[in-house]
Amino acid sequence: MNISSAIAKTYLFSNKKLTAVAVLGVVLGMSIYIFMNSMMVGFDRSSMASIFKSNPHIRLYKDDEVSQPLLQSKSTTPIIINPKVVPVTNTIINPNLIIETILKQKEVTVVTPQVNTNVFYNNGKSQISGLSVGIKPDEANLMYDIKSFVVEGNFDLLKSNTNGIVIGSGISEKMNLDVADNLNLTSSKGVNRTFKIVAIFKTNNSNTDKTKSYINIAAAQQLLKEGSSYITDININITDPENAEIVAQKIESVTGYNAEGWKQANETLMAANKMRKIIITFVSLTILLVAGFGIYNILNMTVSQKINDIAILKAMGFKGKDVIQIFVTQAVSIGVMGVLGGMLLATILITVLKRVYVGGDIGYFPIDYEMKKFIQGVAIGLIITFFAGYIPAKKAANVDPVEILRK
Amino acid sequence: MLQTKNIDKYFYQPTEFQVLKKISFEVKKGEFLSMIGKSGSGKSTLLYILSTMDTDYNGELWIDNQLVTGLTPNELAEVRNQKIGFVFQFHYLLPEFSCLQNVMIPALKLGKLSVAEIEERAYQKLDILGLKDQALKPASKLSGGQQQRVAIARALINDPLIIMGDEPTGNLDSKNTSIVFDIFQELTRNFGQTIIAVTHDDDFARKSDRIIEMKDGEILV
Repeated sequence: MNISSAIAKTYLFSNKKLTAVAVLGVVLGMSIYIFMNSMMVGFDRSSMASIFKSNPHIRLYKDDEVSQPLLQSKSTTPIIINPKVVPVTNTIINPNLIIETILKQKEVTVVTPQVNTNVFYNNGKSQISGLSVGIKPDEANLMYDIKSFVVEGNFDLLKSNTNGIVIGSGISEKMNLDVADNLNLTSSKGVNRTFKIVAIFKTNNSNTDKTKSYINIAAAQQLLKEGSSYITDININITDPENAEIVAQKIESVTGYNAEGWKQANETLMAANKMRKIIITFVSLTILLVAGFGIYNILNMTVSQKINDIAILKAMGFKGKDVIQIFVTQAVSIGVMGVLGGMLLATILITVLKRVYVGGDIGYFPIDYEMKKFIQGVAIGLIITFFAGYIPAKKAANVDPVEILRK
Repeated sequence: MLQTKNIDKYFYQPTEFQVLKKISFEVKKGEFLSMIGKSGSGKSTLLYILSTMDTDYNGELWIDNQLVTGLTPNELAEVRNQKIGFVFQFHYLLPEFSCLQNVMIPALKLGKLSVAEIEERAYQKLDILGLKDQALKPASKLSGGQQQRVAIARALINDPLIIMGDEPTGNLDSKNTSIVFDIFQELTRNFGQTIIAVTHDDDFARKSDRIIEMKDGEILV
């Protein structure tokens, strides 16, 4: 071992209490950093999962058209000066061709058309208003993983039964309906039709459970008195939801229709996420920084205590960088011990919290061992401890031995 | 061996003041030289310039036929490590280390020998100073005279060209002073060691080979 490291080690162990306090500071800072950031990743993941239960990554739709001022030439007064929404239908023209076009994009994984219709669920005299979503069962299941929240019945039966319907558990409770019962739907266009319940789903989002149902797309088109080419929305899933905005732009330019990424569609939620991210990052970094101050303080004290040692070492031929090495080695040793302890403590905290049931939409506490956050925490922790050691070390290196030894 | 040419030094605090005026002298190998003079005569200041630790002066300093004036701090550190051993009024041993380790530190820094060889040499040096049996004790557990002898052993470990002492006996009683003096004398006579020591002790100075007396920044004799 190098003599500077040997001196560093001796200093470190000759004052075990101080060293332990500094290490403990890093352990706490480190573990809280990893823990809070893992929690944030978990929150993001669970909120994304709940979004993607009913939202696609990208939604393609035809936007309302607004009439443009009619100009005879650039200099003249416009003929129409009060632009308003033009009353045309929001159908996507030739949806099959558009679906094929979208499927050619390499990032796209699932494309499925969807027709939403507002309905009344009627059973005897009771009536509930809600939203019936016309889907292609297989594709929709790929997109939303509907089967994972079906609690009763068999979702696959929707494929074979054109009159099949999958309802939310709230509707089933309110209307005392069970699988294989019949349910009458009245659409906004006044069409009445009876469906047979093939499955019941439960998302734990009570609003969805009380209003939503899935039917075949053809049935939805019939409820709206439209033909089979009537498609209002095309839903698209892609490989990485984070890229939704970029892919959406591409699809928009290819198809000519509006494509909206999920982040745009859930802006409030994204803003909340962003806020949470800022707060957690700020707090966890501050805690880590405070641990760094602990090391800085203790090393500063050591430098003052050992100023005679530093002077004589410099007199005996230790260079500035040797002195820096002595103190930086101490800081980094404290850092490494703290980081190891911190990782251990973070693992324990996460393990405990993972088992806590919070209920509702979320279930178990959404936290997991995030390797990326562990690595990030270790890197930041070591950088902070390095600088916490480097500043006092630099001070020690600049000690003028003559001033100390001449006293 | 060691030569100075026209060394001037000024202090600027609190007012400008010339501490050393055109100091030129030469030290030969194997010489035991004492520097005496009243407080403020500049003898300590001169010693710290000779030691290469103080670089803020005009003039030239040659050690071992090498001009050391103008070298970088790192180069000077190497010069000190190899060629100069220090003994101060206070021992400046590292209290957490054993005597043996304290003696070994400059040699470990030099890194020319293996650790085993350095340890053997450290034992030899401690033996010369009659401290072999104290080698493994922590430096803080020794008496003042013993600590000063360990510091001398540490100064000797790299076989320096010159040992520089700043009041090496200043903190010792008469018995330990004579022990330290005898050690210095033995080193010059038996080992041809060059020693430059600043002292207040006239007895100590009188017994050395050569005396330089300083007054108001100039050499008198």
